[in-house]
Order: sequence, then structure tokens, then C-alpha cells
Amino acid sequence: MSGLQISYFEASARKRLSGLLDADSFTEFCPPEMRQTSPHLALLDAPVAFDDGVIVGRATLSGYPVLIIAQEGRFFGGSVGEVHGAKICGLLAKALSERPVAVLLLADSGGVRLHEANAGLIALSEIVRAALHVQAAGIPLFAFIGGSCGAFGGMGIVTRLCAEVVMSEQGRLGLSGPEVIETVKGVDEFDSRDRALVWRITGGKLRRALGEATLLVDDLIPAFRTAAIHLIERYQAQPPVPDELDILLAAQANLAKRRARFDGARDGREIWQDFFAEPSRVPEMTVAEFNRQAGVPP
Amino acid sequence: MEKFTLILLSSRPTHEVLRSTICGVVSSGNLEVLVESKPNRDDCTVVVNTSAHGFRDIWEAVFRDFTRRHPAGGLSFTINDAGATPAVVSLRLDQAFETCCGDGI
Repeated sequence: MSGLQISYFEASARKRLSGLLDADSFTEFCPPEMRQTSPHLALLDAPVAFDDGVIVGRATLSGYPVLIIAQEGRFFGGSVGEVHGAKICGLLAKALSERPVAVLLLADSGGVRLHEANAGLIALSEIVRAALHVQAAGIPLFAFIGGSCGAFGGMGIVTRLCAEVVMSEQGRLGLSGPEVIETVKGVDEFDSRDRALVWRITGGKLRRALGEATLLVDDLIPAFRTAAIHLIERYQAQPPVPDELDILLAAQANLAKRRARFDGARDGREIWQDFFAEPSRVPEMTVAEFNRQAGVPP
Repeated sequence: MEKFTLILLSSRPTHEVLRSTICGVVSSGNLEVLVESKPNRDDCTVVVNTSAHGFRDIWEAVFRDFTRRHPAGGLSFTINDAGATPAVVSLRLDQAFETCCGDGI
């Protein structure tokens, strides 16, 4: 817990857990010494990891019982393989019996692990179904995105199913990643080498402005911890009502309106014009100033 | 992948290893080291699973240095390696040892 200035972006998944959770409160399920490694990677003669790139377990956060998932973006891009996915599904199933105050998802993943093909895709669809079950049972999922892989592909979908999404400016969220779009549609459609453009389109500030992320935080592990505690306390004080049909229809209408409004937009800058008095200043705004000007998420 | 096991004589650490430790991440030029305790405390065992073939001699040299720097008897090291250089391997071994046997833990 020492070192207040630890970057969330640069930290490993285990480092993030140790800085986010109450000291010595974490119990890992399926820990590395169980050696639950990927059978698919072994068949391909590729390196395996003892946790298959995801750490799951039980902990407390400011005394509240939580279950938590942390993906390791540096192992095959945090990709979801069969074992990796089974660990996440198992944790979500456990949430139904343990009833923690929330399940925290520290997403850092490019999506499905292509080495594992159908097994990975099935794992992701099982995660989607499990996430919906857990939230239908009144246990909220909170997603946190600030790692180098962001949350893309199937993990982008899972993130958007979560009740709350906390991002840093460095975090990215999307469906197809920039390199995939460039490969399929050409460099004129999306130049994935243009880092500033990539972040203006997929980064935390645009996602927060559009309301896809509900809070922007600094790239510091303690900032993510504070945000998580704040969310837990808010949901404890005021449990969310299940989505009624009219709420879902209103959300759908809002999305249709947004689609019509920004249909021709090519860059985050065109979207910021709608939310900020000085859109050109958005990239240099501090997190506090940005959150103040962005107001309450839609 | 190339896999082999090494057994090296080493003195016993001053601290009891209470729980296993994992250090590092399997990514390009990096590795993970899992440290566990084992019954025979007069030597340490090393299981290496590496993507870089043909470097067993160098792994042996790195571990000989390590067992001279630290009392590693009774410890078992299991490694998943994705092409880490000897310097990175030494650093991770020191970190892992510090975490499971160092003072102040």
C-alpha cells in the first residue's frame, strides 16, 4: 500500500490488487500453485501462465466484502481463453451464493484469445450470461479500465453490461480495436498508428463525455480505490432499481438520438464540441476539471 | 517449449516460507517465477519451461549465481519463460526471494 504515486497503467494485475484492496484481505481462488494453465497454448507449444492471465478472488474494500477479477494485460493481451474465461464464470457463479456488495472487474483485455478459437468465444458468451445473472440478482458489477490493453472485443461488451464503468484517460474501451478496423476497412477509415486519434476516439475522456464511462479518474491506483469505495457506498445507500422496460426504451431512444447527432463525426473533437465550451482544451484538462465540466453522466 | 529440471545445493534460509509467491508476468522478454517450499531443505529445485531453446547452460549459471547470493535450500522454483535475458531472470529471482524470504514480510 506504500507509494502513493503508483501508476495503474504500468502496474501488473497483482500490483493493482494489492494497492486497491484492504491490506492482507485477498484470498485467491485457483491460485498459481494449482497450475491451471491453458491446454490450448500447450498444444501450440506456446508459453503458459500459472494463472492463465486472470486473478480471481474474495477480499474486502474499506471493510465491504467484494469479489474481484483482475486481468493481466501483459499475458497474451489479457485475452480470454478457456481457463481464463472459466475462472471469471466461476467467480460470477460464486457471487450468486456469497452475495458480496459488488463484483469488481479490473478489465485489461483485447477480447477473445484467438489461439483458443471457439473455446475462447464460448467462454466469453458464458461470461456475458453470468454477468447478466449476477446483476439481475441485485449484485452490481463495477468495471475499471486503465491498463495498456483497455477493454475491447468481448470484454468491451462485458464492460458495457456493468452497472458502472470507471476509466482513466489512458484507458480505452471499444468493440473492434483500431488495428482490426484498419485491417478490415483500410487506413483511411482508421489510422491505428495515430496514437492521439486512437485515444481521442477510444480513450477515457471520450467514453466519459458520451456517458459510456460513468467516472474519469487519475492514472493512480489509489484513485481507482477511492472510486471503488465511493461506488460501493453509493449503491449501499441507494440500491439500484432493476431496469424497467420504459427505462430501457428511453436508453434506446437516447442512443438513436446520439447516433443521428454524431453520424458523420470522424474524431472525438467533433463530439467534445457538444459537451465543452472549449473543446480544444479537453486533452489538457485535469481529471477534476474534466469531471466538473462534463457534469452528471446521462 | 524446452523443459528441464535443475537441482542445486544451497544453504537453508533464515525465515520459514509460509506461503508460495509468484513474481513477474509471462510476456515477451519476461517470465514468471513461482516459489514454493519443499521437504528436502539441503537443496533447491528449479523447473524451467522456456520458449528459447538451447540455453540450459546459461540457466544453470544464472541459478548457480543465485544460490550463492541467497540461501535457497528447501525452495522450489517453477518458471514459465518467454525469452527473458539472464539479467531479467536474476532480477525476478531476487524479487521472488525477497518477497517470500526477505525481512519485513
